[in-house]
Amino acid sequence: MSNKMQFSIETKDLNLWYADFQALKNVTVNIKDGLITSLIGPSGCGKTTLLRCFNRVNERYGYVTTTGEIKILDKNIYDEDVSLPELRKAVGMVFQRPNPLPISVYENVVFGLRIHSKNRELSKAKSDEIVEKALTEVRLWDDLKDKLKTKATTLQLEQQQKLCIARLLPLKPQVILMDEPCSALDSEATLAVEELMRSLAGSYTIVIVTHNMAQARRVSDECIFMLLGEIMEHDRTQTIFLTPQNPKTADYIEGRYG
Amino acid sequence: MSINIATGADQGITVNRFTETAIVRRKKLAEFFARGVFLLMTLLMIVPLILIVGYLFYKAAPILSFDFIFSNPARGMRAGGIWAALLGTIYLVVISLVIAAPIGVMAAVYLNEYAKDNWFTRIINLAVVNLAGVPSIVHALFGLGAFVLFAGMGRSILAASLTLAIMTLPVIIASTKEALGAVPAAFREACWNVGATRWQTIRGIVLPNSVSGILTGIILQVSRAAGETAPIMFTGAVFYKAIEEGNVFAYGLLDQCMALSMHLFTISTQVPGVPEALPFGTAVVLLGTVLLVNAVAIVLRVYLRSRKRW
Ligand SMILES: Nc1ncnc2c1ncn2[C@@H]1O[C@H](COP(=O)(O)OP(=O)(O)OP(=O)(O)O)[C@@H](O)[C@H]1O
Ligand SMILES: [Mg+2]
Repeated sequence: MSNKMQFSIETKDLNLWYADFQALKNVTVNIKDGLITSLIGPSGCGKTTLLRCFNRVNERYGYVTTTGEIKILDKNIYDEDVSLPELRKAVGMVFQRPNPLPISVYENVVFGLRIHSKNRELSKAKSDEIVEKALTEVRLWDDLKDKLKTKATTLQLEQQQKLCIARLLPLKPQVILMDEPCSALDSEATLAVEELMRSLAGSYTIVIVTHNMAQARRVSDECIFMLLGEIMEHDRTQTIFLTPQNPKTADYIEGRYG
Repeated sequence: MSINIATGADQGITVNRFTETAIVRRKKLAEFFARGVFLLMTLLMIVPLILIVGYLFYKAAPILSFDFIFSNPARGMRAGGIWAALLGTIYLVVISLVIAAPIGVMAAVYLNEYAKDNWFTRIINLAVVNLAGVPSIVHALFGLGAFVLFAGMGRSILAASLTLAIMTLPVIIASTKEALGAVPAAFREACWNVGATRWQTIRGIVLPNSVSGILTGIILQVSRAAGETAPIMFTGAVFYKAIEEGNVFAYGLLDQCMALSMHLFTISTQVPGVPEALPFGTAVVLLGTVLLVNAVAIVLRVYLRSRKRW
């Protein structure tokens, strides 16, 4: 592995303020390419905020100030020449509540491509192929191949969430950010989505925020523990859970606060 | 512990938890009354509506005919039909709508989807809300000053339509904003996260999902524009003007015109000796025109829905 591609996301001295409340403090973190990294910590410690920095969605609020550097695939995403649509194409996001668009399953999957290609450039055969490939990749094809025309918002939650992941794939993202992707799902659906994440690891770099310690242990290769806007510890998941260096990490993992 | 609290022994009313207690009886009574009151209000609303429409048709029946619609008023407005007024109203409503609807919808899209929340936007929003509440007679005066006199359009269909457009614009903006705001934010986030621009989000998701609400808001303004008397009286409507019967292009933009609302006012209050059926017939035609526009809008709505890709 060349040194250049070892990290998908690198941040240096990242600070973020909501008006005058500092939500991120000197966050310096390197997230390895092709792994699943979990982000844990008590409520309000800035996990979502950090995640939203990676595709610059935070900026939608006018009162947010950011300093520091975020490099994704070795490119500083705060550079002048960065186009937000292109950035968001490369860095996809999955939300806590599944948010399929109120159009058909088929159109949901090709939505991103249509947006990024000129009118009518996308042939029917091509898009059929893309839909099948993406749905197969998220293991929905067998369930949904006869329901491609149904409205996506009427699917079961688990299927909706998988569809939201499938929607990102035709754009060939390098990074997929997931903010508590399973917290609206029951335990069986959670396991199914986790399995899916494992199968996507390697092809994509995945960062997942979770409140579920067991889940962090099951799915992630590396784990980051945050507290009050700061990174307390970042290590291999096993190390964090078995031999944490920081006593606060141990306290949190053992459920003493959070 | 919790079991103890819930049993009848503590409540001292009944031993069996599942029988009716005084509290439950009271709640049931309240439920009964609430339901009754709401039903009553619904009836109170519907009954006058039916009575009004029924009464109108009953009184207008002797005069309603093909001829009534397609001929001009005659014998000092005491006979004949309402053609010139009907066509005038259609001109005024259509032209004012063609001006106000696109501007209003686009302004609302800007305010709801693009504008940052700063003092400038807030002032505009405040202005829109307040303008929507300005009485129509004030708009009439403004139209007279701005279009008839200052812009030199004279009293004309164009000046009157512009005045109606100015009057309906803020309400169209407000109702369109409402409709856009009802589209869940999650849909927009989903779009942005695959790299859609704002315009792509608006065209692909936001507008298709709010078109019903937008059209409903516009339709309500059609009825309002068709029914107003003051704004057009000041700016372009006249008591009497004969036009070629049956020719839908009989008016020019800079002509003055008759209008149903004003005609109704004139023959009901200004002209003595008008047969009773005449004003009622006029009212029925006014009602019919508005209903027709609504019907067109409903068809449009169904059509737009069916075109959505799912
Ligand atoms: N839009 C916002 N405006 C102002 N303050 C915010 C905003 N979003 C988050 N915050 C604040 O920033 C801090 C970090 O929030 P964040 O949502 O990143 O936490 P989190 O770790 O994701 O919490 P949770 O586990 O509850 O999702 C919190 O104190 C929160 O109140
Ligand atoms: Mg969060």
